[in-house]
Amino acid sequence: MTTVTSEIAQAPRAAQMARFARLRRLEQWRYVLLLLPALVFLIAFYGYPVAAMLTRSFSEPGWGLQNFEPLLQARSALDAFGLSIPMNAYIRVFGITLQIALIVTVFTLLLGYPVAYALSSVSPARANLLMILVLIPFWTSILVRSYAWMVLLGQEGIINQALIATGVLAAPMQLLNTRLAVYTGMIHILLPFMILPLYAVMRGIDRNLLRAAGNLGAAPSAVFLRIFLPLSLPGVAAGCLLVFILGLGFYITPALLGGQRDVMISMLIQQQISQLNWGFGAALALVLLLMALAIYLLFTRLLGVERVFGSARA
Amino acid sequence: MGISVRNLHKHYGTFRALDDVSVEVPDGSLTALLGPSGSGKSTLLRAIAGLEEPDSGEIVIGGELATGLPPQRRNVGFVFQHYAAFKHMTVRDNVGFGLRIRKRPKAEIRQRVDELLHLVQLDGFAERYPAQLSGGQRQRMALARALAVEPRVLLLDEPFGALDARVREELRDWLRRLHDEVHVTTVLVTHDQEEAMEVASRIVVMNHGRIEQVGTPAELYEHPATEFVMSFVGKVNRIGDAYIRPHEVVICHPDQEGCIPAVVERVITLGFDNRMELYLPDGERVWAQLTRDEVAQLQPVAGQTVGVDLSQSRRPGWEPGGYMSPRPAPAGVAAGAAATVIPMRAGEDDAQSWRARVGGR
Repeated sequence: MTTVTSEIAQAPRAAQMARFARLRRLEQWRYVLLLLPALVFLIAFYGYPVAAMLTRSFSEPGWGLQNFEPLLQARSALDAFGLSIPMNAYIRVFGITLQIALIVTVFTLLLGYPVAYALSSVSPARANLLMILVLIPFWTSILVRSYAWMVLLGQEGIINQALIATGVLAAPMQLLNTRLAVYTGMIHILLPFMILPLYAVMRGIDRNLLRAAGNLGAAPSAVFLRIFLPLSLPGVAAGCLLVFILGLGFYITPALLGGQRDVMISMLIQQQISQLNWGFGAALALVLLLMALAIYLLFTRLLGVERVFGSARA
Repeated sequence: MGISVRNLHKHYGTFRALDDVSVEVPDGSLTALLGPSGSGKSTLLRAIAGLEEPDSGEIVIGGELATGLPPQRRNVGFVFQHYAAFKHMTVRDNVGFGLRIRKRPKAEIRQRVDELLHLVQLDGFAERYPAQLSGGQRQRMALARALAVEPRVLLLDEPFGALDARVREELRDWLRRLHDEVHVTTVLVTHDQEEAMEVASRIVVMNHGRIEQVGTPAELYEHPATEFVMSFVGKVNRIGDAYIRPHEVVICHPDQEGCIPAVVERVITLGFDNRMELYLPDGERVWAQLTRDEVAQLQPVAGQTVGVDLSQSRRPGWEPGGYMSPRPAPAGVAAGAAATVIPMRAGEDDAQSWRARVGGR
């Protein structure tokens, strides 16, 4: 150590500066060391398997793009926007997946926004108490909650029995294995993912801004529309992105609650792989991943990353 | 327009924030509500703006009963301590907010905003966002925003509290000049007596949810109605149960009639102002405010004995002239300081000759 410092002291000024810069860069590498364990873990147990899996879309059964061909083989053509889009069962599954994810996102937003608003308006102590009501379902296994919906929605389920007992229905209604059941289950499961980011952003909104707007003559509805709503948009964006992308990959809930026509991509992937059709399964997974990435990029490009993940404070 | 507050009460649980408060704010005045935290001054201000609903009592603004009106219908300008800037809007949209709510024509809003930005010296900042402004600039923007709707009265809640000392000074001065230009009835809440005295033409001193005294800065300083006002407005020495302003402490010859001996502890120079800290024979401390010339003449040294004339002190009886009975001075003056004491002699009443004798100091 002493030799290094004395060398530095004797070196000409320019060389000295360069040496200091090198030492400073070395210092920065220390922070990389802190990241290293997590990085190694992620690469070994996440990055590598995912990459290996996705590679199979090009390598099985032989090298090439043959796994993507079924996606482009048209059984019929969908004419939209003046274009003829090849249409087949696989494309239709992608369409259903996007539709379900979108509808679930819209409804979690409509249901979650008032809840988050209420949570952010009460005292922090009370909000923490109420938050438990949001978090208990969040901590319950998705499988358990999906089964719970089966119990509720089945032919012999509580809802049908209650409707028959009260004379609303003569015979049980088909509730389970419908698109409605998929929506209901997914909205229920994904709701906390909407409420939590919304709540975090809304908590950060200075209530004096609302008072200031009221003081300047804005009625409560105008205060909400012109001040609160715009300031809560980063939470809306974060919540929607989270719910939509999680919704795209949903598997257990649609598999248990959906009907034969409610097939989502993840179910298709599972089916292909269980038939040892690794190549095509991997191709579908790659397309799903690219779709999620494209939507993420579109979203952050439109709104700006700092608006989606940034804090509510200026 | 003037504000009348009549018998206002406000409780939070068992805490009395406002306890039967009645006060008149004359039209066009710049009034300060002064008091320590928890004195009810902010609650009173917020009640006037309608941001706080009083338990009972009336608020009349410009002859019109305001209690019961929602805040958006009171047409009262309010400026918050932490600016409450709408950070998703430009400075222009912030200032024009109240006018857009009132659906004024676009051209009119534009012109009015430009005028206001000029008034608060923010020309050229219209298209910036609040995050790109300094604290002082944000507060001036908030003031322009409040003034844009031509409020009947302007209420400022510790408006300079979040700013650093130098900017605070500047803005005080600026606010006073602004008030001279705009003449809107203004009520300012502050816990800083210097700020209140410097800015306001009338001060309402509050404590424990009650009004202690209302008057001009000079009235409060010269004729404090209560012990609290005496100790809160202006600097003061408390000796036993009597009070004396530091500038009323007269340094004199210890043997002189009405003078008590006191030992100089130290002298602090603050420029023109000087602070001489003394202790009296019974151990009580007192400080005297001296000018630069007075210090130059006395040349005081720590440990030296001088005389102090405390006849200007008063007890809470409140007209000046009430005075502290001089305690009997012990024979050897202050015990611990006896070795360094060089008292002035009788007849040696000018400090010059005394200094010459003491040793050229």
